[in-house]
Amino acid sequence: MNRRTTQSVFLQRANYRQRRLRDGAKLVPFLGIILLAIPLAWSSDEVGDKVGASGVLYIFGVWVVLIILTAILSSRLREEPTDTETDNIAR
Amino acid sequence: MMSFNALIAIALGYVLLLFVVAFIAERRAARGHSNWLSSPWIYTLSLSIYCTAWTFYGAVGYAARSGLEFVTIYLGPTLVMVGWWWVLRRLVRIGRAQRITSIADLVSSRFGKSTQLGMIVTVISVIAATPYIALQLQSVTLSFAVFAQIEGGRWGQTDFNATAMWVAVGLAVFTVIFGTRNLDANERHHGVVIAIAVEAVVKLLALVAVGVFVVWGVAGGPAEMMTRIDQSEIELWTQDSSRWISLIFLSGAAFLCLPRMFQVLVVENSDERHLQVASWAFPLYLFFMSLFVVPIAVVGLDLLPAGSNPDLFVLTVPLYEGQGGLAILSFLGGFSSATSMVIVAVIALATMVSNHIVTPIWLSLQANQQAVMSGDVRRVILLSRRLSVAGILALGFLYYRMSGGGTALAAIGLISFTGAVQILPAMIGGIFWRGATGIGAAAGLITGLIVWMWTLFLPSFGVDAIIGQSVMDIGLFGVSWLRPQALFGVTELDPLVHGIMWSMLLNTAAFIVCSLMTFPGPLERLQGAQFVNVYDHSSAAPAWSAAATDAEDLLIMSQRIMGSAQAQALFQQEAIRQNKPGYLPEATPAFLERLERELAGSVGAATAHAMIGQLTGGSNVSVEDLIAVADEAAQILEYSNKLEAKSQEQERTARALRTANDKLTALSIQKDAFLSQISHELRTPMTSIRSFSDILRDNEMSEDDHSRYAGIIYDEAVRLTRLLDDLLDLSVLENGQVELHAQTGAVSTLLDRAVRAAGLQEGALKISREHANEDVVLTTDMDRLGQVFINLISNAGKYCDAQDPHLEIKIHQIAGDHVVDFIDNGSGIAPENEDLIFEKFSRVADGSKAGGAGLGLAICREIMNRLGGEVNYVASNKGAAFRVTLPKAKTAVALEQT
Repeated sequence: MNRRTTQSVFLQRANYRQRRLRDGAKLVPFLGIILLAIPLAWSSDEVGDKVGASGVLYIFGVWVVLIILTAILSSRLREEPTDTETDNIAR
Repeated sequence: MMSFNALIAIALGYVLLLFVVAFIAERRAARGHSNWLSSPWIYTLSLSIYCTAWTFYGAVGYAARSGLEFVTIYLGPTLVMVGWWWVLRRLVRIGRAQRITSIADLVSSRFGKSTQLGMIVTVISVIAATPYIALQLQSVTLSFAVFAQIEGGRWGQTDFNATAMWVAVGLAVFTVIFGTRNLDANERHHGVVIAIAVEAVVKLLALVAVGVFVVWGVAGGPAEMMTRIDQSEIELWTQDSSRWISLIFLSGAAFLCLPRMFQVLVVENSDERHLQVASWAFPLYLFFMSLFVVPIAVVGLDLLPAGSNPDLFVLTVPLYEGQGGLAILSFLGGFSSATSMVIVAVIALATMVSNHIVTPIWLSLQANQQAVMSGDVRRVILLSRRLSVAGILALGFLYYRMSGGGTALAAIGLISFTGAVQILPAMIGGIFWRGATGIGAAAGLITGLIVWMWTLFLPSFGVDAIIGQSVMDIGLFGVSWLRPQALFGVTELDPLVHGIMWSMLLNTAAFIVCSLMTFPGPLERLQGAQFVNVYDHSSAAPAWSAAATDAEDLLIMSQRIMGSAQAQALFQQEAIRQNKPGYLPEATPAFLERLERELAGSVGAATAHAMIGQLTGGSNVSVEDLIAVADEAAQILEYSNKLEAKSQEQERTARALRTANDKLTALSIQKDAFLSQISHELRTPMTSIRSFSDILRDNEMSEDDHSRYAGIIYDEAVRLTRLLDDLLDLSVLENGQVELHAQTGAVSTLLDRAVRAAGLQEGALKISREHANEDVVLTTDMDRLGQVFINLISNAGKYCDAQDPHLEIKIHQIAGDHVVDFIDNGSGIAPENEDLIFEKFSRVADGSKAGGAGLGLAICREIMNRLGGEVNYVASNKGAAFRVTLPKAKTAVALEQT
């Protein structure tokens, strides 16, 4: 609440990037949940059309995507503190 | 083919290797070379204790039975890890800021360092973990049995039990040696962590090796493998979506709540940045752990004779193919999975049991706190920790024996998860919601525990073991809504999903509702703010007031917990920090707080808090204390204000006294002057009277002379009389014996009369008046008022020293009172004399010129006081200015009474 008053409205480009990276990192698990919920809609009613190897590939594919996304985001994220200082300079 | 004895030798050799690795790591850490020990990769690998023997062996069996569902057990933790920014980062930060030792400590610390909550969480964790430990013993025993069977030996129940027992004993020894060596959980178990990391690598390598062998060695390549999977009889996808979602949730939640996971995730974390690497590296580890599960299951079902246990495919497939070495590696992988999980779980549980159950009870039994020995608490805690290790393993072993090691045990993995997950609402609520209260947390935990026991845990022992078939069918006391697997009439759900759903729902509901309705204690609110706003202020707010605590007592207590050397080092450090090297440090609130954190690292927050509370006389801050302190401060403030007021008053009095003294001195001088003056005044007429009456007695004079002399005698007598009259008048006025006669008249008439009676020589003093304003009618003693006017006018006549003397008489209103100003154009009265002019016997100007004895103004003031008015000297830039404030109209009666 108070933080709003102490920080400037606009950020330097680098800090802006950091914020968005953080947003991205926060969204990854939700992306994962959505992608992993998709198999729920697969139908196996028809006996012949069983979910086979392709299903396995899908699940493991999602897994790899999540790992790569997280690896990229995590390696670019840095700890938050200094951003108020740099914000002030940016102003 | 490998002999069974060789297998045992290899297993023992492996264990010995782990001992050596752990020992070397401890040594390096002790020497300060712990850089590579605390790398993010070691941290990631230590997380692998999530993959237990149940997952190492069981995942393949799970896949053979239920297809892709096994993968949920890995997907939940993956989601938690990739979402590390949400929960894990916060947990790790809190764990470091508050020196959390276990998940029970987290909950207890968050809710006001409550001992009871710590106990509840500990009990839940122990109940939930026991079957899981039994499961690990079973896995290891079964894997031994596989090799024994190949030799042709057929294992009986006693062989299984003996193996399980020896495994349990071996684990207990390892855990006691490396897990309970040091007390401070925050110093981290380097040896254990490194051993776990080695085991993590071994089990990953083992599973991947078996997988690679299956895909490329047996199936002949990935493409062929895919075809095999498609043709396999395994139904990969069952359409039960509720299980899919529930299990992902369950495994994710268990990943956070399992005591062993909390231990490696939070307690053993040495650097927050390790999470950044682990956030993707650990999901990658899980990915490889599960990548080959389906191929192994498919190939195993194809190769092995029908009826063989799919849970052991990881072992039996290589053995069937004649790959003895691979089978041994696989065995070591399974062995690693089981042992690493058991070791960490037992350390975590033992810490919880000793900190949250044994120590509080021991402390409360120690009624007499006097006879204390250095390190006695430390000894008790270490002993209780070691006994807890043995006790928990014994519990696991007993459970294994009671359940008979059958398939019933295999099913309990997820049930055990569900038990551990009951801590989730209290934990997540505690770190995100400041409104969460200890009572709410306790209500949620107990509700969850009961529901979990009823719906999952007790039925898991099998029908008629604890809950009879009739209760299963018709419900408790015949209430159909209380059927264990159909609570509130919900019959359509899978029993596991049913149990997860109801326990979590009711747990969360009880937690939230009770939190909303109760009011947290002061310490609870303080801790709540610290936990929820952990990023804003990572340091704790001072929870101790500067108490009358002896540093010596604190030292004795710290020695009891930490041992003397460590405690003394800590106190010396603090003394240096306080710039008092060589002495005991002051028991400042900051020091108390630091000490409490240090102790919390050993015995948990609740116990540390209680122990310091004992010494400081429970002087931790409560609202009551704050109010008392505020009251005291207010009282002191009031007192000092009073003192200040008094001293000001005294100063004023002193000043008044000084003024009075000055005045008295001046008066005394005046009086002396007056006395000589009055003697002179009295003597002068008397001398004239005597000498002239003497002349008259001679009778030798003309008629003219006679009458002239008689006239002089008369005049002198009149002057004498007037003097005496004045003296008498003043004395009468001062004694209050004067009689006032109320009359009503106009001020103008009175002034006319006064000007006439002032006896001024014609033209000597020019008087200007404002007749228009003088039309004021008042009721008072007109004669006396007239006397005042006459006196003031004649004074002006006598003392005005201007060339062209002029008196201005103005009448006007000030603040509702009529005032009459008499302003002349003379030089006025010197400021130093302004105080004196109204005093008796005072005469500012040279007496020779005056006709009176300096009593006129004193009489005026007395008269005006009597009449209820005032006469003052007003500083003016023109000359002497007197202001007469006319009395307010009084009733005749009032006047009579004066």
